[in-house]
Amino acid sequence: MALGLIRPVVSRLGQSVLVLLAMSFVVYGLMGLMPGDPIDLMIAGDPRLSAEDAIRLKALYGLDRPWTERWVRWLAQAVQGEFGFSRLYAVPVADAMAPALANTALLMVSALGVSLALALPLGLWAARRPGSIADMLVNLLAFASASVPVFWLGLMLIVLFAVGLGWLPPGGMSTVGGPGSLSDRLAHLVLPVATLALAGLGQFARHMRAAMIAEAGRDYIRTARAKGCSPLRVLLHHQLRNALLPVVTIIALEIGGLFSGALVTETVFAWPGMGRLIYASVMGNDFNLALSGLLLATAMTLAGSILADLAYGQLDPRVRGR
Amino acid sequence: MRRLFAALILVLSLAAPATAPARESLTIGISQYPVTLNPLIESMLAKTYVLAFVTRPITAYDASWSLVCLLCETVPTLENGQAKIEPLPGGKKGIAVTYTLKSNAKWGDGTPVSSADVAFTWTVGRHPRSGVSNSEIFRRITRVEVVDARRFTLHFDRVTFNYNAINDLRLLPAHIERRRFEAAPDAYRTRTAYDQDSANPGLYNGPYRIAGLSQGSHILLARNEFWTGPQPTFDRIQIRTIENSAAMEANLLSGGIDMIAGELGLPLEQSLALEKRLGNRFSFITRPGLVYEHIDVNLSSPILADRRVRRALLAALDRDGLTRQLFDGRQPVAASMVPPLDWVFAEDIPAAKYDPATAAALLDEAGWRLGPGGIRINDKGEKLALELLTTAGNRSRELVAQVIQAQWRKAGIDLRLRAEPPRVMFGDTVTQRKFPHLAMFAWYSSPENVPRTTLHSTLIPSADNNWSGQNYPGYANPKMDELLDAIETETSRPRRKALWHELQQIYAEDLPALPLYFRADSYILPKGMSGLAPTGHQDPSPYWVEQWRWD
Repeated sequence: MALGLIRPVVSRLGQSVLVLLAMSFVVYGLMGLMPGDPIDLMIAGDPRLSAEDAIRLKALYGLDRPWTERWVRWLAQAVQGEFGFSRLYAVPVADAMAPALANTALLMVSALGVSLALALPLGLWAARRPGSIADMLVNLLAFASASVPVFWLGLMLIVLFAVGLGWLPPGGMSTVGGPGSLSDRLAHLVLPVATLALAGLGQFARHMRAAMIAEAGRDYIRTARAKGCSPLRVLLHHQLRNALLPVVTIIALEIGGLFSGALVTETVFAWPGMGRLIYASVMGNDFNLALSGLLLATAMTLAGSILADLAYGQLDPRVRGR
Repeated sequence: MRRLFAALILVLSLAAPATAPARESLTIGISQYPVTLNPLIESMLAKTYVLAFVTRPITAYDASWSLVCLLCETVPTLENGQAKIEPLPGGKKGIAVTYTLKSNAKWGDGTPVSSADVAFTWTVGRHPRSGVSNSEIFRRITRVEVVDARRFTLHFDRVTFNYNAINDLRLLPAHIERRRFEAAPDAYRTRTAYDQDSANPGLYNGPYRIAGLSQGSHILLARNEFWTGPQPTFDRIQIRTIENSAAMEANLLSGGIDMIAGELGLPLEQSLALEKRLGNRFSFITRPGLVYEHIDVNLSSPILADRRVRRALLAALDRDGLTRQLFDGRQPVAASMVPPLDWVFAEDIPAAKYDPATAAALLDEAGWRLGPGGIRINDKGEKLALELLTTAGNRSRELVAQVIQAQWRKAGIDLRLRAEPPRVMFGDTVTQRKFPHLAMFAWYSSPENVPRTTLHSTLIPSADNNWSGQNYPGYANPKMDELLDAIETETSRPRRKALWHELQQIYAEDLPALPLYFRADSYILPKGMSGLAPTGHQDPSPYWVEQWRWD
């Protein structure tokens, strides 16, 4: 079993390294080809900066060199574990990313947890009697969840719970200058988590429902029922186990998103996470930070994909054997 | 959607529980987080705003646009003998200006602010690889002479009218930063204590110091124990970054923030809408400043090279109606790049009036007669069709562009609108003069700012000069060049005022750019707050935070 697992994992890891390398080249190239650089933009906002300042600063930041040359230099440092200095945050890239990554992980893991805790039972409930009122209600909820813009949903929750009722804080991670207690931090977590969870709920519920309905008509379900298994046992032990396969894949693929952040939600709730960090670094031409952030997101998506395959294998012995 | 959101906010805010403000603290919302806190590295409004609470420049412009001392005793002048013109090798003239630092000025760790800090700051500023963004002032100072701990003389390589304004010389604490700089000047920008040890009180000499920060989220300010000036009201100030303007509004209404800074707050149109709905709950201060909103004209275009066409474009534009309609008349119409609040403003040169008849006559004279469909054509049958470029995502400008399009259509001008993201527009199209006809954007400047970079013929960007300079219209007028040179070196105020008058006259006649209006900042404050005086220029209101009260 161990050998059977190691070979595909090593092969996938090798492929992932190639993907990351190509990705770094493409991202660096796209940023390098964008019109304007940070110094141009700085000067556009401050006419007091002179042409001499522009030339000096471009040379200092290496912006006077071709982007391919800068990429090779970056790569040489990156393989030694040195990801450079963030021009935008004036700290090493790792120091800029670490708190944002932790903030995003907290937000996204909480949101994913809440979303799954609601979506999976709803999907099961809807799948029990397709076409029933319960099914229609879940479908309606799923479509609403998929259709409502996250931006709008976040603002509405702020208006209702922060402005109107005054129950929850409208944004941030904790009360600025406050005690920073656990309850305070949890209160700040509620609205962004609710926004993200509601936005993702529909997708999971629909996948769960579809998978359960697809499995319900299979021969092994009929066989299990014919053998006299209780409906609950059929549902949980046979049908759910197989229906979880596509859902697990989707959850695993969501891991990339977990660490790249949710830009819109983070912006609306002033949550200092990876989404805002990556966006700011791309817009500010902070090559080192943008590249590291995007590569991390890519790496996590690839890891998620590998994890999905492994989980698939664990859940379905037919896949494991291939 | 916006109406629904506004209505919901209004209904729910009326039912919102009243939160008693804690008067010992103030929470301010701004829309941007500073990238660094080092006063000399990077140029960014958010940094200037935050640092204004915790540091003081030696001189600054106040709310009446007069030069004042913040860290020095008196403003040195030729008249009071603290500035002296001195000969330089080669027959040129320089100027030596002597400043005396306030006796009670101290860094937040108790170390006195001294002439050694000035000399050290100058050393860092002049170093080509220290990462200092605006090094112009450091290049102009040829020598710093330390007279004693509080007195120093700056020797400038030229005589300019603003010889005593050293607002850009923002002091670094030598006792903290020197070892970091001298160890590796090339790496100073990555090793500065402002970013590695931001809460070190010794970095700050203002009424507050930075007590803590969360990257991208907020900055906490606490009183500077060693501040000996008038004591500020608030024990603590929190500055929160909220990039989204709707979220900023919601934070204000829910008590998440107490006030919104005008320097980095809501767009004027959003603030005006909020004022109409909630004028009884908050105080609104709107002050026009010197952000000059205008349309640059590409003079390389054969159509626009004709001055009559440029004058017709301006005469066909009802700018009073435009600012009244879109901005409640809060943004004054501009006659030139000089704002009415500037002492060099020429009151006898009025802004061009809306005059469709004159516009039509000028276009007829220029050979553009009314053609089929109401669009003017020339003798070759070519349409009078222009393109107006502006920044995508700026709602105000998009609205203004649409109004201009409608107004010029009435004059027989076919205007196409094009919007580009700011980084494309300022990183490429405008800076390399690729816009075919017109480009609408704004300039930010300082009081009595000589528009050399935007009007001098030597500063027209081209491949030959590596696209340096900001004279994007390509304007070249020897008389204008002469005036720009003369204004910079004229120390007599009456003579300078006369030169400025002539400059504004030529600008109004030549129209290298079509003036629109001066942008206004909108401050939203809690009721009962007073003492905040918007300046309207680059020296932000927190330089006078000691005067803020909330009763």
